[in-house]
Amino acid sequence: MAVRKDTIKYLTSPAIAITQKKYCRFKKLGIRYVDYKDPEFLLKFVNEQGKLLPRRITGNSLKFQRRVSQAVKRARHLAILPFVTDLLK
Amino acid sequence: MQNYYETTFVMTPVLSAEEVKKTVTGYSEFFQKNNAEIILDDHWGLKQLAYPIGKKTTGIYHHIEFKATSDLIDKLELMFRRDENNIIRFLTIKLDKHAVLYNDKKRQGLAGRNKKISSPSKTEA
Repeated sequence: MAVRKDTIKYLTSPAIAITQKKYCRFKKLGIRYVDYKDPEFLLKFVNEQGKLLPRRITGNSLKFQRRVSQAVKRARHLAILPFVTDLLK
Repeated sequence: MQNYYETTFVMTPVLSAEEVKKTVTGYSEFFQKNNAEIILDDHWGLKQLAYPIGKKTTGIYHHIEFKATSDLIDKLELMFRRDENNIIRFLTIKLDKHAVLYNDKKRQGLAGRNKKISSPSKTEA
């Protein structure tokens, strides 16, 4: 006996369960190059300790996540970004 | 076949102004001598380092974008390494077509941080 969708009683309201669809900002905005000299832009992909955020958080596609990580590592080499710190933002 | 390259190097803050100028002009002359074409010679000046390098917390950054043949890069990096007491950090990158396009747009002020929204072109961060 198929249970009709609206008769299901949710413990928590479904609004919490619905997460906003993540998208790759590089594809959406048409960005083709990640500049390693631009710290403000790279700070979006780094957490408070200065560590790289994983793809599931940033929502980047694999191709651009690799470019971002390469750019962050280059910025760290040139001491534009720290390797490890606290309360970076 | 000339490729596009971009090099950034950091000098110790101990250097006086003319020493900085001397090292910087030394490198741009190196490029002119070996018929490499300098596209951008950008002096960022004294900046705070994200972590201390050689017990120094500040550094003088200089950035050069140029077109050169590939064998020039080894000579350039050898010069950087030999210039031990002035240059504390350097990075040379080969630019792909997207990077070259981005740098051209940035020079015209269409892309990058100080975007002048004069022409309603596709914004590119």
